[in-house]
Amino acid sequence: MSAPVVQAPQLGQRRAQITAFKAMCGRDCWVILRHDLAGFLAQSLLQPLFFLFIFGRVLPEIGAAQGSYGAQLLPGIIALTLFLTSLQNTALPLVIDFSFTKEIEDRLLAPLSAWALAVQKMVMASLRGIVAGLAIIPLAALILPGGVDFADVSWLGFVVLLLVGPLAGASVGLLLGTAVEPQKISTMFAVTLTPLLFTGATFYPWQALDTLRWFQVLTLLNPLTYLSEGMRGALTTIPALGAGWVALGLVVATAIFGTLGVRGFTRRATD
Amino acid sequence: MAFAVVSDLHKRYRPGAPEAVAGVSFEVSEGEIFGLLGPNGAGKTTTIGAMTTRVRPTSGQVTIDGFDVVRDAVAVKQRIAMVPQRPNLDRALTAIEVLTFHAAYFGFGRQQRRARAMELLSLLGLEGREDEEINTYSGGMAQRLMIARALMHDPRMLFLDEPTTGLDPQSRLFLWDRVADLRARGVTLLLTTHDMAEADLLCDRIAIVDHGEVIALDTPRGLRNLLPGDRGLEIGVTGDADPATVFQRFGEVEVADATDDGRNVRIYATNPLAELVAAADAAGLRVEGVRRIEGTLEDVFVHLTGRDLR
Ligand SMILES: Nc1ncnc2c1ncn2[C@@H]1O[C@H](COP(=O)(O)OP(=O)(O)OP(=O)(O)O)[C@@H](O)[C@H]1O
Ligand SMILES: [Mg+2]
Repeated sequence: MSAPVVQAPQLGQRRAQITAFKAMCGRDCWVILRHDLAGFLAQSLLQPLFFLFIFGRVLPEIGAAQGSYGAQLLPGIIALTLFLTSLQNTALPLVIDFSFTKEIEDRLLAPLSAWALAVQKMVMASLRGIVAGLAIIPLAALILPGGVDFADVSWLGFVVLLLVGPLAGASVGLLLGTAVEPQKISTMFAVTLTPLLFTGATFYPWQALDTLRWFQVLTLLNPLTYLSEGMRGALTTIPALGAGWVALGLVVATAIFGTLGVRGFTRRATD
Repeated sequence: MAFAVVSDLHKRYRPGAPEAVAGVSFEVSEGEIFGLLGPNGAGKTTTIGAMTTRVRPTSGQVTIDGFDVVRDAVAVKQRIAMVPQRPNLDRALTAIEVLTFHAAYFGFGRQQRRARAMELLSLLGLEGREDEEINTYSGGMAQRLMIARALMHDPRMLFLDEPTTGLDPQSRLFLWDRVADLRARGVTLLLTTHDMAEADLLCDRIAIVDHGEVIALDTPRGLRNLLPGDRGLEIGVTGDADPATVFQRFGEVEVADATDDGRNVRIYATNPLAELVAAADAAGLRVEGVRRIEGTLEDVFVHLTGRDLR
Protein backbone atom coordinates (compact mmCIF):
# COMPACT_ATOMS: atom_id res chain seq x y z
CA MET A 1 0.00 0.00 0.00
CA SER A 2 1.37 3.31 -0.95
CA ALA A 3 0.20 6.90 -0.73
CA PRO A 4 -1.48 8.06 -3.93
CA VAL A 5 0.89 9.99 -6.12
CA VAL A 6 -0.36 13.15 -7.71
CA GLN A 7 1.35 16.08 -9.23
CA ALA A 8 0.76 19.23 -7.24
CA PRO A 9 -0.48 22.10 -9.40
CA GLN A 10 2.44 24.26 -10.44
CA LEU A 11 0.92 27.68 -9.98
CA GLY A 12 2.73 30.99 -10.13
CA GLN A 13 2.59 32.85 -6.83
CA ARG A 14 0.03 35.34 -8.03
CA ARG A 15 -2.28 32.67 -9.36
CA ALA A 16 -1.72 30.55 -6.29
CA GLN A 17 -2.79 33.41 -4.07
CA ILE A 18 -5.91 34.15 -6.10
CA THR A 19 -6.81 30.45 -6.09
CA ALA A 20 -6.35 30.16 -2.35
CA PHE A 21 -8.32 33.35 -1.77
CA LYS A 22 -11.25 32.05 -3.79
CA ALA A 23 -11.13 28.62 -2.20
CA MET A 24 -11.28 30.19 1.26
CA CYS A 25 -14.29 32.26 0.26
CA GLY A 26 -15.82 29.04 -1.01
CA ARG A 27 -15.15 27.40 2.32
CA ASP A 28 -16.74 30.27 4.24
CA CYS A 29 -19.86 30.26 2.04
CA TRP A 30 -20.13 26.51 2.43
CA VAL A 31 -19.90 26.73 6.20
CA ILE A 32 -22.62 29.40 6.42
CA LEU A 33 -24.97 27.66 4.03
CA ARG A 34 -24.53 24.21 5.43
CA HIS A 35 -24.29 24.80 9.16
CA ASP A 36 -24.92 28.28 10.12
CA LEU A 37 -27.56 30.10 8.12
CA ALA A 38 -30.30 30.24 10.74
CA GLY A 39 -27.86 31.10 13.49
CA PHE A 40 -26.23 33.76 11.40
CA LEU A 41 -29.53 35.43 10.52
CA ALA A 42 -30.77 35.32 14.10
CA GLN A 43 -27.52 36.74 15.38
CA SER A 44 -27.44 39.62 12.93
CA LEU A 45 -31.13 40.45 12.62
CA LEU A 46 -32.47 40.21 16.14
CA GLN A 47 -31.04 43.46 17.45
CA PRO A 48 -32.07 45.64 14.48
CA LEU A 49 -35.52 44.07 14.48
CA PHE A 50 -36.03 45.03 18.10
CA PHE A 51 -34.82 48.54 17.41
CA LEU A 52 -37.29 48.82 14.55
CA PHE A 53 -40.11 47.39 16.59
CA ILE A 54 -39.59 49.41 19.77
CA PHE A 55 -38.53 52.73 18.25
CA GLY A 56 -40.46 52.55 14.99
CA ARG A 57 -43.65 50.87 16.16
CA VAL A 58 -44.07 50.87 19.94
CA LEU A 59 -42.91 54.40 20.74
CA PRO A 60 -45.15 56.04 18.09
CA GLU A 61 -47.99 53.78 19.24
CA ILE A 62 -47.80 55.02 22.83
CA GLY A 63 -47.28 58.58 21.69
CA ALA A 64 -43.63 58.84 22.77
CA ALA A 65 -42.51 59.49 19.20
CA GLN A 66 -44.02 60.81 16.00
CA GLY A 67 -45.58 58.37 13.59
CA SER A 68 -43.13 59.36 10.89
CA TYR A 69 -40.15 58.44 13.06
CA GLY A 70 -40.06 54.98 11.53
CA ALA A 71 -39.27 56.39 8.10
CA GLN A 72 -36.33 58.32 9.55
CA LEU A 73 -35.19 55.30 11.49
CA LEU A 74 -35.11 52.73 8.70
CA PRO A 75 -32.05 54.03 6.81
CA GLY A 76 -30.16 54.18 10.10
CA ILE A 77 -31.13 50.62 10.98
CA ILE A 78 -30.07 49.32 7.57
CA ALA A 79 -26.76 51.11 8.01
CA LEU A 80 -26.37 49.75 11.52
CA THR A 81 -27.05 46.22 10.37
CA LEU A 82 -24.59 46.45 7.48
CA PHE A 83 -21.94 47.94 9.71
CA LEU A 84 -22.22 45.93 12.90
CA THR A 85 -22.82 42.58 11.22
CA SER A 86 -19.62 43.01 9.22
CA LEU A 87 -17.77 44.27 12.25
CA GLN A 88 -18.76 41.40 14.50
CA ASN A 89 -18.33 38.73 11.85
CA THR A 90 -14.77 39.91 11.33
CA ALA A 91 -13.79 40.45 14.94
CA LEU A 92 -15.34 37.55 16.83
CA PRO A 93 -14.06 34.66 14.71
CA LEU A 94 -10.59 36.19 14.71
CA VAL A 95 -10.52 36.42 18.48
CA ILE A 96 -11.54 32.80 18.80
CA ASP A 97 -9.19 31.59 16.08
CA PHE A 98 -6.13 33.42 17.28
CA SER A 99 -6.48 32.76 20.96
CA PHE A 100 -8.24 29.47 21.41
CA THR A 101 -8.76 27.06 18.56
CA LYS A 102 -5.76 27.98 16.38
CA GLU A 103 -7.92 26.88 13.47
CA ILE A 104 -6.66 29.77 11.43
CA GLU A 105 -3.26 28.05 11.25
CA ASP A 106 -4.34 25.86 8.36
CA ARG A 107 -5.17 28.95 6.35
CA LEU A 108 -1.99 30.71 7.39
CA LEU A 109 -0.09 27.79 5.89
CA ALA A 110 -1.96 27.98 2.60
CA PRO A 111 -0.17 29.83 -0.22
CA LEU A 112 -1.58 33.24 0.62
CA SER A 113 0.03 36.31 2.20
CA ALA A 114 -1.18 37.14 5.67
CA TRP A 115 -2.54 40.51 4.52
CA ALA A 116 -4.53 38.81 1.77
CA LEU A 117 -6.01 36.45 4.34
CA ALA A 118 -7.01 39.49 6.40
CA VAL A 119 -8.71 40.97 3.34
CA GLN A 120 -10.44 37.64 2.70
CA LYS A 121 -11.86 37.71 6.22
CA MET A 122 -13.12 41.25 5.67
CA VAL A 123 -14.69 40.44 2.32
CA MET A 124 -16.61 37.45 3.66
CA ALA A 125 -17.78 39.34 6.74
CA SER A 126 -18.92 42.16 4.47
CA LEU A 127 -20.88 39.67 2.42
CA ARG A 128 -22.65 38.58 5.58
CA GLY A 129 -23.31 42.22 6.36
CA ILE A 130 -24.89 42.74 2.94
CA VAL A 131 -27.14 39.70 3.33
CA ALA A 132 -28.29 40.87 6.75
CA GLY A 133 -28.73 44.47 5.58
CA LEU A 134 -30.93 43.37 2.70
CA ALA A 135 -32.87 40.89 4.82
CA ILE A 136 -33.90 43.66 7.19
CA ILE A 137 -35.83 45.54 4.48
CA PRO A 138 -38.78 43.15 3.95
CA LEU A 139 -38.97 42.63 7.70
CA ALA A 140 -39.12 46.39 8.21
CA ALA A 141 -42.01 46.53 5.73
CA LEU A 142 -43.93 44.25 8.08
CA ILE A 143 -42.98 45.99 11.31
CA LEU A 144 -43.11 49.71 10.58
CA PRO A 145 -46.58 51.29 10.66
CA GLY A 146 -45.90 53.22 7.46
CA GLY A 147 -44.28 50.24 5.77
CA VAL A 148 -41.26 50.86 3.53
CA ASP A 149 -41.45 53.57 0.94
CA PHE A 150 -38.82 53.39 -1.78
CA ALA A 151 -40.31 56.15 -3.94
CA ASP A 152 -37.40 58.55 -3.57
CA VAL A 153 -34.57 56.06 -3.68
CA SER A 154 -31.27 56.87 -5.34
CA TRP A 155 -30.37 53.36 -6.43
CA LEU A 156 -26.81 54.12 -7.34
CA GLY A 157 -26.13 55.62 -3.94
CA PHE A 158 -27.86 52.72 -2.22
CA VAL A 159 -25.85 50.06 -4.06
CA VAL A 160 -22.55 51.84 -3.52
CA LEU A 161 -23.26 52.17 0.19
CA LEU A 162 -24.35 48.55 0.33
CA LEU A 163 -20.88 47.58 -0.90
CA VAL A 164 -18.71 50.13 0.86
CA GLY A 165 -20.46 50.38 4.22
CA PRO A 166 -19.85 46.79 5.28
CA LEU A 167 -16.18 47.09 4.34
CA ALA A 168 -15.88 50.03 6.70
CA GLY A 169 -17.47 47.93 9.43
CA ALA A 170 -15.24 44.98 8.67
CA SER A 171 -12.12 47.13 8.85
CA VAL A 172 -13.10 48.34 12.31
CA GLY A 173 -13.77 44.69 13.22
CA LEU A 174 -10.36 43.64 11.96
CA LEU A 175 -8.72 46.17 14.23
CA LEU A 176 -10.83 45.26 17.25
CA GLY A 177 -10.31 41.54 16.70
CA THR A 178 -6.54 41.79 16.57
CA ALA A 179 -5.70 44.82 18.71
CA VAL A 180 -5.88 43.52 22.25
CA GLU A 181 -4.91 40.47 24.24
CA PRO A 182 -7.60 37.78 24.32
CA GLN A 183 -8.15 38.27 28.05
CA LYS A 184 -9.16 41.89 27.46
CA ILE A 185 -11.39 41.24 24.49
CA SER A 186 -14.73 41.31 26.28
CA THR A 187 -13.88 44.66 27.86
CA MET A 188 -12.81 45.88 24.47
CA PHE A 189 -16.15 44.99 22.91
CA ALA A 190 -18.11 46.41 25.81
CA VAL A 191 -16.42 49.80 25.63
CA THR A 192 -16.47 50.13 21.86
CA LEU A 193 -19.74 48.60 20.64
CA THR A 194 -22.15 50.66 22.71
CA PRO A 195 -20.63 54.04 21.77
CA LEU A 196 -20.43 52.94 18.13
CA LEU A 197 -24.09 51.99 18.25
CA PHE A 198 -25.38 55.21 19.74
CA THR A 199 -23.12 57.83 18.16
CA GLY A 200 -23.62 56.61 14.60
CA ALA A 201 -26.60 58.82 13.56
CA THR A 202 -28.66 55.66 13.50
CA PHE A 203 -31.59 56.87 15.57
CA TYR A 204 -31.56 60.53 14.55
CA PRO A 205 -30.61 62.57 11.47
CA TRP A 206 -27.21 64.13 11.99
CA GLN A 207 -28.42 67.61 10.98
CA ALA A 208 -30.96 67.55 13.78
CA LEU A 209 -28.08 67.68 16.26
CA ASP A 210 -27.43 71.35 15.38
CA THR A 211 -28.42 72.43 18.84
CA LEU A 212 -26.11 69.90 20.46
CA ARG A 213 -23.04 71.04 18.64
CA TRP A 214 -20.37 69.24 20.68
CA PHE A 215 -22.13 65.93 20.25
CA GLN A 216 -22.68 66.58 16.57
CA VAL A 217 -18.96 67.09 16.06
CA LEU A 218 -18.09 64.09 18.19
CA THR A 219 -20.26 61.76 16.11
CA LEU A 220 -18.20 62.62 13.04
CA LEU A 221 -15.51 60.39 14.51
CA ASN A 222 -17.76 57.37 14.13
CA PRO A 223 -17.63 55.84 10.62
CA LEU A 224 -21.20 54.61 11.10
CA THR A 225 -22.37 58.24 11.05
CA TYR A 226 -21.37 58.54 7.39
CA LEU A 227 -23.04 55.29 6.45
CA SER A 228 -26.28 56.16 8.24
CA GLU A 229 -26.35 59.63 6.75
CA GLY A 230 -25.52 58.25 3.32
CA MET A 231 -28.38 55.78 3.58
CA ARG A 232 -30.71 58.49 4.76
CA GLY A 233 -29.75 60.60 1.75
CA ALA A 234 -30.12 57.67 -0.63
CA LEU A 235 -33.42 56.34 0.68
CA THR A 236 -35.33 59.42 1.85
CA THR A 237 -35.75 63.12 1.31
CA ILE A 238 -34.73 63.91 4.89
CA PRO A 239 -31.82 66.39 4.85
CA ALA A 240 -28.57 64.47 5.30
CA LEU A 241 -24.81 64.88 5.01
CA GLY A 242 -23.73 65.51 1.43
CA ALA A 243 -22.57 62.61 -0.70
CA GLY A 244 -19.05 64.05 -0.84
CA TRP A 245 -18.73 64.04 2.94
CA VAL A 246 -20.20 60.57 3.16
CA ALA A 247 -17.73 59.22 0.61
CA LEU A 248 -14.84 60.99 2.28
CA GLY A 249 -15.78 59.74 5.74
CA LEU A 250 -16.21 56.14 4.65
CA VAL A 251 -13.08 56.02 2.52
CA VAL A 252 -10.89 57.63 5.17
CA ALA A 253 -12.28 55.43 7.92
CA THR A 254 -11.88 52.26 5.88
CA ALA A 255 -8.34 53.22 4.92
CA ILE A 256 -7.26 54.03 8.48
CA PHE A 257 -8.97 51.14 10.26
CA GLY A 258 -8.16 48.76 7.43
CA THR A 259 -4.46 49.60 7.51
CA LEU A 260 -4.26 49.32 11.29
CA GLY A 261 -6.34 46.15 11.20
CA VAL A 262 -4.20 44.44 8.58
CA ARG A 263 -1.13 45.42 10.55
CA GLY A 264 -2.66 43.97 13.71
CA PHE A 265 -3.62 40.83 11.83
CA THR A 266 -0.16 40.20 10.40
CA ARG A 267 1.33 40.81 13.83
CA ARG A 268 -0.98 38.23 15.37
CA ALA A 269 -0.58 35.84 12.44
CA THR A 270 3.05 35.14 13.29
CA ASP A 271 4.37 34.58 16.80
CA MET B 1 21.98 19.73 -2.14
CA ALA B 2 20.57 21.58 0.85
CA PHE B 3 16.82 22.01 0.61
CA ALA B 4 16.33 23.82 3.91
CA VAL B 5 18.98 26.07 5.42
CA VAL B 6 18.75 27.50 8.93
CA SER B 7 21.49 29.95 9.72
CA ASP B 8 22.09 31.48 13.12
CA LEU B 9 18.39 31.51 13.97
CA HIS B 10 17.43 33.41 17.11
CA LYS B 11 13.96 33.78 18.55
CA ARG B 12 12.92 35.75 21.60
CA TYR B 13 9.14 35.79 21.99
CA ARG B 14 9.04 38.88 24.18
CA PRO B 15 11.61 41.48 25.07
CA GLY B 16 13.24 40.37 28.29
CA ALA B 17 12.17 36.74 27.96
CA PRO B 18 14.96 34.21 27.52
CA GLU B 19 15.72 33.20 23.95
CA ALA B 20 13.60 30.23 22.88
CA VAL B 21 16.05 29.61 20.06
CA ALA B 22 19.56 30.91 20.63
CA GLY B 23 21.59 30.65 17.45
CA VAL B 24 20.59 27.45 15.67
CA SER B 25 22.17 26.51 12.35
CA PHE B 26 21.73 23.37 10.27
CA GLU B 27 20.98 22.26 6.75
CA VAL B 28 18.59 19.58 5.56
CA SER B 29 19.43 17.98 2.24
CA GLU B 30 16.82 17.25 -0.37
CA GLY B 31 15.26 13.87 0.35
CA GLU B 32 16.81 13.64 3.80
CA ILE B 33 14.98 12.72 6.99
CA PHE B 34 16.20 15.07 9.65
CA GLY B 35 15.33 14.73 13.34
CA LEU B 36 15.17 17.35 16.05
CA LEU B 37 15.48 15.91 19.54
CA GLY B 38 15.50 17.78 22.79
CA PRO B 39 13.87 18.10 26.19
CA ASN B 40 10.55 19.94 26.64
CA GLY B 41 10.95 23.62 25.94
CA ALA B 42 14.24 23.14 24.09
CA GLY B 43 13.02 25.16 21.13
CA LYS B 44 12.07 22.44 18.62
CA THR B 45 8.58 23.71 17.86
CA THR B 46 9.87 27.27 17.67
CA THR B 47 12.52 26.22 15.15
CA ILE B 48 9.90 24.45 13.05
CA GLY B 49 7.65 27.50 13.39
CA ALA B 50 10.36 29.71 11.90
CA MET B 51 10.93 27.24 9.05
CA THR B 52 7.22 27.11 8.26
CA THR B 53 6.70 30.91 8.28
CA ARG B 54 4.63 30.76 11.48
CA VAL B 55 7.25 32.28 13.78
CA ARG B 56 9.03 35.51 12.92
CA PRO B 57 12.77 35.10 13.53
CA THR B 58 14.27 37.69 15.87
CA SER B 59 17.44 37.37 13.81
CA GLY B 60 19.08 34.92 11.48
CA GLN B 61 17.82 33.46 8.25
CA VAL B 62 15.88 30.44 7.05
CA THR B 63 15.49 29.40 3.43
CA ILE B 64 13.44 26.58 1.95
CA ASP B 65 14.32 25.55 -1.59
CA GLY B 66 16.21 28.84 -1.83
CA PHE B 67 13.25 30.98 -0.75
CA ASP B 68 13.51 33.13 2.35
CA VAL B 69 10.73 32.33 4.83
CA VAL B 70 10.14 35.98 5.64
CA ARG B 71 10.46 37.64 2.23
CA ASP B 72 9.05 34.81 0.10
CA ALA B 73 6.56 33.26 2.49
CA VAL B 74 4.09 32.30 -0.22
CA ALA B 75 6.69 30.42 -2.26
CA VAL B 76 7.76 28.62 0.91
CA LYS B 77 4.20 27.71 1.82
CA GLN B 78 3.64 26.24 -1.64
CA ARG B 79 6.44 23.77 -0.95
CA ILE B 80 5.82 22.64 2.60
CA ALA B 81 3.28 20.89 4.78
CA MET B 82 3.06 20.70 8.51
CA VAL B 83 1.64 18.32 11.08
CA PRO B 84 1.53 20.46 14.20
CA GLN B 85 2.05 19.34 17.76
CA ARG B 86 -1.31 20.76 18.82
CA PRO B 87 -4.50 20.08 16.86
CA ASN B 88 -5.62 22.94 14.63
CA LEU B 89 -8.24 21.23 12.49
CA ASP B 90 -10.95 23.38 10.95
CA ARG B 91 -13.79 22.31 13.21
CA ALA B 92 -16.52 23.92 11.17
CA LEU B 93 -15.98 21.13 8.64
CA THR B 94 -16.35 17.38 8.42
CA ALA B 95 -13.28 15.19 8.03
CA ILE B 96 -13.49 14.89 4.28
CA GLU B 97 -14.19 18.60 3.90
CA VAL B 98 -11.06 19.36 5.89
CA LEU B 99 -9.09 17.49 3.25
CA THR B 100 -10.90 18.72 0.15
CA PHE B 101 -10.87 22.37 1.17
CA HIS B 102 -7.22 22.10 2.11
CA ALA B 103 -6.46 20.78 -1.37
CA ALA B 104 -8.61 23.55 -2.86
CA TYR B 105 -6.46 26.17 -1.12
CA PHE B 106 -3.53 24.64 -2.97
CA GLY B 107 -5.30 24.72 -6.33
CA PHE B 108 -6.33 21.10 -6.81
CA GLY B 109 -9.33 20.49 -9.07
CA ARG B 110 -12.63 19.27 -7.66
CA GLN B 111 -12.45 15.70 -9.01
CA GLN B 112 -8.87 15.25 -8.02
CA ARG B 113 -9.27 16.44 -4.48
CA ARG B 114 -12.23 14.25 -3.66
CA ALA B 115 -10.55 11.13 -5.02
CA ARG B 116 -7.35 11.89 -3.22
CA ALA B 117 -9.12 12.66 0.03
CA MET B 118 -10.98 9.36 -0.04
CA GLU B 119 -7.76 7.51 -0.78
CA LEU B 120 -5.89 9.14 2.10
CA LEU B 121 -8.78 8.63 4.49
CA SER B 122 -8.87 4.94 3.74
CA LEU B 123 -5.09 4.74 3.97
CA LEU B 124 -5.28 6.27 7.43
CA GLY B 125 -8.10 4.03 8.54
CA LEU B 126 -10.72 6.77 8.66
CA GLU B 127 -12.99 5.46 5.91
CA GLY B 128 -16.62 5.34 6.93
CA ARG B 129 -16.04 8.27 9.25
CA GLU B 130 -15.35 10.87 6.60
CA ASP B 131 -18.66 12.68 7.05
CA GLU B 132 -18.33 13.09 10.79
CA GLU B 133 -17.72 16.40 12.50
CA ILE B 134 -14.19 16.85 13.75
CA ASN B 135 -15.50 17.29 17.28
CA THR B 136 -16.47 13.64 17.38
CA TYR B 137 -12.95 12.50 16.53
CA SER B 138 -10.68 11.03 19.19
CA GLY B 139 -7.24 12.54 19.74
CA GLY B 140 -5.47 9.88 17.71
CA MET B 141 -7.98 10.12 14.88
CA ALA B 142 -7.54 13.89 14.74
CA GLN B 143 -3.79 13.31 14.58
CA ARG B 144 -4.22 10.91 11.67
CA LEU B 145 -6.46 13.38 9.90
CA MET B 146 -3.81 16.08 10.27
CA ILE B 147 -1.31 13.70 8.71
CA ALA B 148 -3.69 13.07 5.81
CA ARG B 149 -4.20 16.81 5.45
CA ALA B 150 -0.45 17.40 5.23
CA LEU B 151 -0.15 14.79 2.49
CA MET B 152 -3.08 16.21 0.49
CA HIS B 153 -1.13 18.79 -1.47
CA ASP B 154 1.92 16.69 -2.19
CA PRO B 155 4.51 18.86 -0.41
CA ARG B 156 8.21 18.92 -1.24
CA MET B 157 9.08 19.15 2.45
CA LEU B 158 7.06 17.83 5.33
CA PHE B 159 7.37 18.97 8.93
CA LEU B 160 6.16 16.57 11.59
CA ASP B 161 6.11 17.94 15.13
CA GLU B 162 5.80 14.90 17.41
CA PRO B 163 3.67 13.09 14.86
CA THR B 164 3.40 9.81 16.74
CA THR B 165 2.48 11.23 20.14
CA GLY B 166 -0.98 9.94 20.92
CA LEU B 167 -1.02 7.34 18.17
CA ASP B 168 -1.67 3.66 18.81
CA PRO B 169 1.07 1.20 17.79
CA GLN B 170 -0.63 0.34 14.50
CA SER B 171 -0.90 3.97 13.48
CA ARG B 172 2.67 4.52 14.51
CA LEU B 173 3.89 1.68 12.34
CA PHE B 174 1.70 2.99 9.56
CA LEU B 175 3.24 6.43 9.86
CA TRP B 176 6.72 4.96 9.73
CA ASP B 177 5.77 3.21 6.47
CA ARG B 178 4.46 6.48 5.08
CA VAL B 179 7.69 8.20 6.02
CA ALA B 180 9.60 5.53 4.14
CA ASP B 181 7.30 6.04 1.11
CA LEU B 182 7.82 9.76 1.20
CA ARG B 183 11.55 9.34 1.37
CA ALA B 184 11.42 7.05 -1.64
CA ARG B 185 9.62 9.83 -3.50
CA GLY B 186 12.30 12.33 -2.59
CA VAL B 187 10.27 14.32 -0.09
CA THR B 188 12.40 16.08 2.49
CA LEU B 189 11.32 15.48 6.09
CA LEU B 190 11.95 17.18 9.35
CA LEU B 191 10.49 15.57 12.44
CA THR B 192 10.65 15.95 16.17
CA THR B 193 9.95 13.14 18.57
CA HIS B 194 10.57 12.07 22.13
CA ASP B 195 10.71 8.44 21.03
CA MET B 196 14.41 7.70 20.66
CA ALA B 197 13.85 4.37 18.95
CA GLU B 198 11.73 6.14 16.38
CA ALA B 199 14.38 8.77 15.75
CA ASP B 200 17.06 6.12 15.49
CA LEU B 201 15.00 4.12 13.03
CA LEU B 202 13.81 6.92 10.79
CA CYS B 203 16.33 9.71 10.75
CA ASP B 204 19.34 10.10 8.51
CA ARG B 205 20.69 12.78 10.77
CA ILE B 206 19.65 14.12 14.14
CA ALA B 207 20.24 17.44 15.86
CA ILE B 208 19.95 17.40 19.62
CA VAL B 209 18.80 20.78 20.90
CA ASP B 210 18.83 22.01 24.46
CA HIS B 211 18.13 25.51 25.76
CA GLY B 212 17.68 26.75 22.22
CA GLU B 213 21.03 25.54 20.95
CA VAL B 214 22.16 22.59 18.88
CA ILE B 215 24.45 20.65 21.18
CA ALA B 216 25.08 17.72 18.84
CA LEU B 217 24.35 17.01 15.19
CA ASP B 218 25.23 13.75 13.53
CA THR B 219 23.93 10.49 12.15
CA PRO B 220 22.37 8.22 14.81
CA ARG B 221 25.51 6.10 14.70
CA GLY B 222 27.73 9.15 15.03
CA LEU B 223 25.72 10.29 18.03
CA ARG B 224 26.07 6.93 19.74
CA ASN B 225 29.80 7.29 19.43
CA LEU B 226 29.57 10.39 21.62
CA LEU B 227 29.14 8.22 24.70
CA PRO B 228 32.41 8.25 26.61
CA GLY B 229 34.16 4.91 26.25
CA ASP B 230 32.40 2.15 24.39
CA ARG B 231 29.80 1.55 26.98
CA GLY B 232 29.17 1.99 30.62
CA LEU B 233 27.06 0.80 33.51
CA GLU B 234 24.15 2.36 35.26
CA ILE B 235 24.13 1.32 38.91
CA GLY B 236 21.41 2.03 41.44
CA VAL B 237 22.84 2.54 44.91
CA THR B 238 21.61 3.41 48.39
CA GLY B 239 23.80 4.70 51.20
CA ASP B 240 25.31 7.88 52.55
CA ALA B 241 28.62 8.06 50.71
CA ASP B 242 28.88 10.28 47.62
CA PRO B 243 28.88 7.93 44.62
CA ALA B 244 30.76 10.50 42.55
CA THR B 245 33.85 10.22 44.75
CA VAL B 246 33.52 6.48 45.20
CA PHE B 247 33.50 5.67 41.49
CA GLN B 248 35.64 8.55 40.27
CA ARG B 249 38.76 6.47 39.80
CA PHE B 250 37.09 4.13 37.28
CA GLY B 251 36.17 6.76 34.71
CA GLU B 252 33.59 9.44 34.01
CA VAL B 253 30.72 9.39 36.52
CA GLU B 254 27.25 10.96 36.33
CA VAL B 255 25.03 10.97 39.42
CA ALA B 256 21.31 11.61 39.16
CA ASP B 257 19.23 13.14 41.95
CA ALA B 258 18.28 10.89 44.83
CA THR B 259 14.91 9.15 44.55
CA ASP B 260 13.08 6.82 46.94
CA ASP B 261 15.05 3.94 45.49
CA GLY B 262 18.39 5.62 46.02
CA ARG B 263 20.54 7.13 43.32
CA ASN B 264 21.36 6.16 39.77
CA VAL B 265 24.99 6.42 38.88
CA ARG B 266 26.29 6.19 35.33
CA ILE B 267 29.87 5.07 35.11
CA TYR B 268 31.53 5.11 31.71
CA ALA B 269 34.29 2.58 32.27
CA THR B 270 35.30 -0.90 31.13
CA ASN B 271 36.18 -2.32 34.56
CA PRO B 272 34.52 -5.62 35.48
CA LEU B 273 31.32 -5.25 37.41
CA ALA B 274 32.79 -7.05 40.44
CA GLU B 275 35.35 -4.26 40.92
CA LEU B 276 32.65 -1.64 40.95
CA VAL B 277 30.50 -3.56 43.40
CA ALA B 278 33.52 -4.11 45.66
CA ALA B 279 34.27 -0.39 45.62
CA ALA B 280 30.66 0.38 46.50
CA ASP B 281 30.72 -2.13 49.36
CA ALA B 282 33.93 -0.73 50.73
CA ALA B 283 32.37 2.76 50.84
CA GLY B 284 29.17 1.53 52.48
CA LEU B 285 26.98 1.85 49.41
CA ARG B 286 24.44 -0.88 48.69
CA VAL B 287 24.07 -1.85 45.03
CA GLU B 288 20.36 -2.24 44.24
CA GLY B 289 20.48 -2.79 40.52
CA VAL B 290 22.71 -2.74 37.50
CA ARG B 291 22.01 -1.97 33.86
CA ARG B 292 24.42 -2.01 30.98
CA ILE B 293 24.31 1.19 28.94
CA GLU B 294 23.96 -0.13 25.44
CA GLY B 295 24.66 3.04 23.62
CA THR B 296 21.06 3.67 22.64
CA LEU B 297 20.11 7.11 21.43
CA GLU B 298 18.33 7.55 24.73
CA ASP B 299 21.57 7.04 26.60
CA VAL B 300 23.27 9.60 24.39
CA PHE B 301 20.39 11.99 24.91
CA VAL B 302 20.52 11.71 28.68
CA HIS B 303 24.29 11.92 28.62
CA LEU B 304 24.12 15.19 26.65
CA THR B 305 21.13 16.88 28.24
CA GLY B 306 21.25 15.57 31.78
CA ARG B 307 18.54 14.05 33.90
CA ASP B 308 16.92 17.19 35.27
CA LEU B 309 13.28 17.74 34.46
CA ARG B 310 12.47 20.75 32.33
N1 LIG C 1 3.92 31.50 21.54
C1 LIG C 1 4.84 31.60 22.51
N2 LIG C 1 4.93 32.70 23.27
C2 LIG C 1 5.87 32.81 24.23
N3 LIG C 1 6.76 31.86 24.54
C3 LIG C 1 6.74 30.73 23.81
C4 LIG C 1 5.78 30.52 22.77
N4 LIG C 1 6.00 29.30 22.23
C5 LIG C 1 7.03 28.78 22.91
N5 LIG C 1 7.48 29.61 23.87
C6 LIG C 1 8.63 29.38 24.77
O1 LIG C 1 9.75 29.07 23.99
C7 LIG C 1 10.49 28.00 24.55
C8 LIG C 1 10.65 26.88 23.54
O2 LIG C 1 9.38 26.32 23.30
P1 LIG C 1 9.13 25.24 22.16
O3 LIG C 1 7.66 25.07 22.05
O4 LIG C 1 9.88 25.64 20.95
O5 LIG C 1 9.78 23.94 22.80
P2 LIG C 1 9.78 22.42 22.30
O6 LIG C 1 11.21 22.03 22.14
O7 LIG C 1 8.92 22.26 21.12
O8 LIG C 1 9.16 21.66 23.56
P3 LIG C 1 8.18 20.38 23.66
O9 LIG C 1 9.03 19.17 23.61
O10 LIG C 1 7.58 20.54 25.02
O11 LIG C 1 7.19 20.49 22.57
C9 LIG C 1 9.75 27.60 25.82
O12 LIG C 1 10.42 28.21 26.91
C10 LIG C 1 8.38 28.18 25.65
O13 LIG C 1 7.85 28.57 26.89
MG1 LIG D 1 7.18 21.27 20.75
